Amino acid sequence: MATLRDIKRRITSVKKTQQITKAMKMVAAAKLRKAQERINQTRPYAESLGDVLARVAANVDSDLNPYLKKPETVESVCLVVITSDRGLCGSFNTNIIRTARQEADRLRAEGKTVKIVAVGRKGYEYFHRRDFDVVAKYINIFRDLNYEHAKEIARLVVRAYLEGEYDQVNLIFTAAVSAIKADLHNMVYLPLSAGHSDEQQHDTDYLFEPEPEVLLRELCPKNLNIQMWRALLDSYAAEESARMVAMESATDNAQEMIDGLTLHYNKVRQAAITTEISEIVGGAEALK
Amino acid sequence: MAAKKLHLDVITPFEKVFSGEIDAIMAPGHEGYFGVLPGHAPMMMQLSIGEMKLKVDNKDYLYATSGGFAEILPDKITILAEAAESADKIDIERATRARERAEQRLARKSEDIDLDRARMALARALNRLKVASRR
Repeated sequence: MATLRDIKRRITSVKKTQQITKAMKMVAAAKLRKAQERINQTRPYAESLGDVLARVAANVDSDLNPYLKKPETVESVCLVVITSDRGLCGSFNTNIIRTARQEADRLRAEGKTVKIVAVGRKGYEYFHRRDFDVVAKYINIFRDLNYEHAKEIARLVVRAYLEGEYDQVNLIFTAAVSAIKADLHNMVYLPLSAGHSDEQQHDTDYLFEPEPEVLLRELCPKNLNIQMWRALLDSYAAEESARMVAMESATDNAQEMIDGLTLHYNKVRQAAITTEISEIVGGAEALK
Repeated sequence: MAAKKLHLDVITPFEKVFSGEIDAIMAPGHEGYFGVLPGHAPMMMQLSIGEMKLKVDNKDYLYATSGGFAEILPDKITILAEAAESADKIDIERATRARERAEQRLARKSEDIDLDRARMALARALNRLKVASRR
């Protein structure tokens, strides 16, 4: 049976763990706030650029543009899987990896070749150990995430796509909807979909300089950059939010454990006292 | 007729660099500098690296821009750039370092570097320095 001192030691140890999880939760909350701020700052640019792209694309035959043109057959697909570098964030990585795995298996079942670009250590570790062709990995970028990272990844993927290595590129990532809810996205990155300007009443006749075809070829890469950037930011925010939730429940669990152990500690202490008293009483009786 | 104004938004992926009413704008277009006054015909334009000058109440404001797009409407103009800085906010030290880095890369001319990228980086750094020197 555990002695009083053993129980006490365990309580102290759980309390210390609880302090750590509490601190991690607060750090995650601060990082989440910052990440959300960055997402909000990106929105006006991304949305306006999307609008401009849609309007220019409406004036161009999309089959003539290498980014927009739909390939006749899809034989090779590249999946860009965005996970985190660090753990302790609940089921964040498990969920994203499962989704990516299912997608990869589905594509393979259709007889397509699947290549993986792993962003984040967790995804890389998973796919690299299994029978998957990981063509590129980006590890440790979330510690100091900046726009150059997004451009770098976008450039690599886009170049391979334009050279005909892939017929399609998907982004698989998590996006935080709110602090506690996250959605998994499986988005077709390339061929780029121009969307359509929903404001049809706004059918102004624009002049284009240079001509729309050239303009569009410049617009597409910028659009792809910003989409990649948003996916990275979204994933990072979702990671921190998942970590916050995980650490919160860890803190709660630790509290529960401390309460249970304290109760146990008191019971054992009481039992010890009772035993002692009955021993004394017994001893006194025996002397009579 | 009262002086008409033009609403300008300069947006980058990180922030709204400028948002407000202006009298006129000069910007580096794809085929040379162009000016826009209120009432301009709708236009979509590609911008190149250069300096952008805003006129507000007879005062000029200089910005360095590293290319992007402009959507021009009669009463509104939106500039989307991957980078745009007001002249007094340019980090001269950083631009100088970027210039040196780009020059070194171009000088080495090794096979494994992307010449176009180095050239673009050099052009951006030089532009920043030029705009900064005119503030």
